[in-house]
Amino acid sequence: MAGPVSRNSELGRQRVLAAWGFLTPMLLVLALAAGWPLARTIWFSFTDAKLDSLGSAEWVGLLNYLEYLDYGDGDGEYFGLLFDEGWWAAVWNTLRFALISVTLETVFGLIVALVLNASFPGRAIVRAAVLVPWAIPTIVSAKMWAWMMHDQFGILNDIGLRLGLLDAPIAWTASPDTAMVAVIIVDVWKTTPFMALLILAGLQLVPSDIYEAARLDGVHPVKVFFRITLPLIRPAIMVAVIFRALDALRVFDLVYVLTPNNDRTRTMSVFAQENLFQFDKFAYGSAASTLLFVVIALMVLLTITLGRMDLEGNRS
Amino acid sequence: MNTHTGLGRLLAATALIGALVGANAARAAELSVVSGAVGNDLAEMQQQLDRFAQQSGHTVKLVSMPASTTDQFGQYRLWLSAGNQDIDVYRTDVIWAPQLAAHFIDLKPHVAEEIDKHFPAIIESQTVDGKLVAMPMYTDAPALYYRKDLLEKYGKQPPKTWEEMAATAKEIQDKERAEGNQQLWGFVFQGNAYEGLTCNALEWVVSFGGGQIVEPDGTISISNPKAAKALDTAHSWINTISPPGVLAYQEEDARGVWQTGNAVFMRNWPYAYALGNSDDSAVKGKFDATTLPIGEGGERSAATLGGWNLAVSKYSRNQEAAIELVKFLASEEAQKFRALTNSRLPTLVALYDDPEIVEKQPIVPRWKEVFLNAVPRPSAPTKTKYNEVSSEFWTAVHNTLSGNGDGESNLKRLAARLKRLQGGEW
Repeated sequence: MAGPVSRNSELGRQRVLAAWGFLTPMLLVLALAAGWPLARTIWFSFTDAKLDSLGSAEWVGLLNYLEYLDYGDGDGEYFGLLFDEGWWAAVWNTLRFALISVTLETVFGLIVALVLNASFPGRAIVRAAVLVPWAIPTIVSAKMWAWMMHDQFGILNDIGLRLGLLDAPIAWTASPDTAMVAVIIVDVWKTTPFMALLILAGLQLVPSDIYEAARLDGVHPVKVFFRITLPLIRPAIMVAVIFRALDALRVFDLVYVLTPNNDRTRTMSVFAQENLFQFDKFAYGSAASTLLFVVIALMVLLTITLGRMDLEGNRS
Repeated sequence: MNTHTGLGRLLAATALIGALVGANAARAAELSVVSGAVGNDLAEMQQQLDRFAQQSGHTVKLVSMPASTTDQFGQYRLWLSAGNQDIDVYRTDVIWAPQLAAHFIDLKPHVAEEIDKHFPAIIESQTVDGKLVAMPMYTDAPALYYRKDLLEKYGKQPPKTWEEMAATAKEIQDKERAEGNQQLWGFVFQGNAYEGLTCNALEWVVSFGGGQIVEPDGTISISNPKAAKALDTAHSWINTISPPGVLAYQEEDARGVWQTGNAVFMRNWPYAYALGNSDDSAVKGKFDATTLPIGEGGERSAATLGGWNLAVSKYSRNQEAAIELVKFLASEEAQKFRALTNSRLPTLVALYDDPEIVEKQPIVPRWKEVFLNAVPRPSAPTKTKYNEVSSEFWTAVHNTLSGNGDGESNLKRLAARLKRLQGGEW
């Protein structure tokens, strides 16, 4: 039965039909659960919708994105999301957060994975223990860290002061200089285990005979890592990075709990939520959500292209 | 014959009980009330709900929310817009009435008798286009808490101006630290970027004579030298008399520092009075409260009007029972209990002369004058745009406090942004 079957043959047509039969339920669910809300959000972004009167939203074109207000004296000014400083600050915050946190998580995750891949007594327990931060809901860990970082009651400052590392308590989440650092610390703490797990899965697929051959040839361990391990686990790392990057670009809960309403940490999602629900600007928030979607899509395309990801499975 | 009658009676009794139970079951509703909380609010509310359940036969579920009014609003707006039927009664902030009015029923016809017993200004704040959106359960006006023991020790009087406050705070803080009390700070308040900062900063600005951000007639008045001076003064407190972390404090953070005995002054709402005198408090019996200080060149002390109210959702399936609950929680009995256990200010005029309250929570009668002169936030003139106005304001203030631009430049920007937000009209 193995081997290619021409699509035009009777059997081929049957297979295609069967494939569609199996795919249809999934596509339907996807269209309902993801496609419909997305389409609705995009639609709202071109209307004057208010949260209290979604039914009577009317088409206003690009007004939420771009609007030229003519003062009538040859002068005028641009408004709309594309000219909103607050929005671009949020985009920049998000990109900065995503870049730094995902990079750190990848490096730490790789180190943890390499350690866990080595065999040592008690490895199973350590593997389970490493996963604990990932198992804690984000809201809980954010709140927990908020208390640990508290300038008066926080344990971080207490330890720092006792050890003489700090001469005055740091107000981690309050000071504009450290707010983003605080958010990144918590995110790295939380998601490094996830990275480690995915990379570990990749590591375990590397056949041990390659290492054996390298050892017999007397290759330096550092060279082994860069020439053998890294290229072989690259696909696993890339998948992990894309997962994390997607997550990081739409980060909401962590920022919302840890440093709400702070200009230095407001991300695209927080910006959208604020406009959608706090302010009476549902359409504007929808426009922000739509752009958020576009930015994430672009970033993923970029990562896939740059990382020469092999999603089709053609190369081997 | 005998048995026959006996059986008949039994049957009749059973039927009667059945009918009663049945009737009761049809009447008894399961209500849900949602409320945010600081301090002991939830415990107090639960006690009141238990009593209500006993009296009325209804069961009430208390859904708790985060302390930040900003967080609560986002969630409530979402639920209400979706026509959520799970929540019958909402505890609403004094500033929300114009923004959420469309989702709540008009309580006026149901409380016609009680309405005149409340302070007219509070009823007014909850009335939108003639509709009583929510029934007041308590009102709020902040106080300056001070440590009697420390002020006496250094021969100081409770400060009348912000300048005096800062000087006293600095002196006591420095001297106490020299004596080994390293944790002590001069002044804690609510500096996090949220609605609470709007309240704090509005008090500074008004007490410096800098207007009310947006005046009752809708004029944007915030960009002026007095307001700038107020913010710059507040900026000078950070890291001198106030911990740098105050920029992330909400009510409970400030109270945490205060109640562990680590602050000379605190700006907070009256609820902190009862808690500060609780048994596990390090400052029990060592403090008092007075009106907030006046600014340089200002004429009056200013306290932002706060307070919480109860509204019945239009989407509730048990509106009658919900109205009953609201009336119960806003009643004289309930407000008295709240004043006694939680030092929450009643909205009923008569309770300020209640001997028991006067004796047990002396701050309550003393606060009548304060809240009668309290400054409202500009939620009435700015209508549905209030949240955005407030957010713009607290952002400008937070930037000034954290040294990101001075008062003058930040307020100038703020005024321009508010102007744009205003558009043709609020």
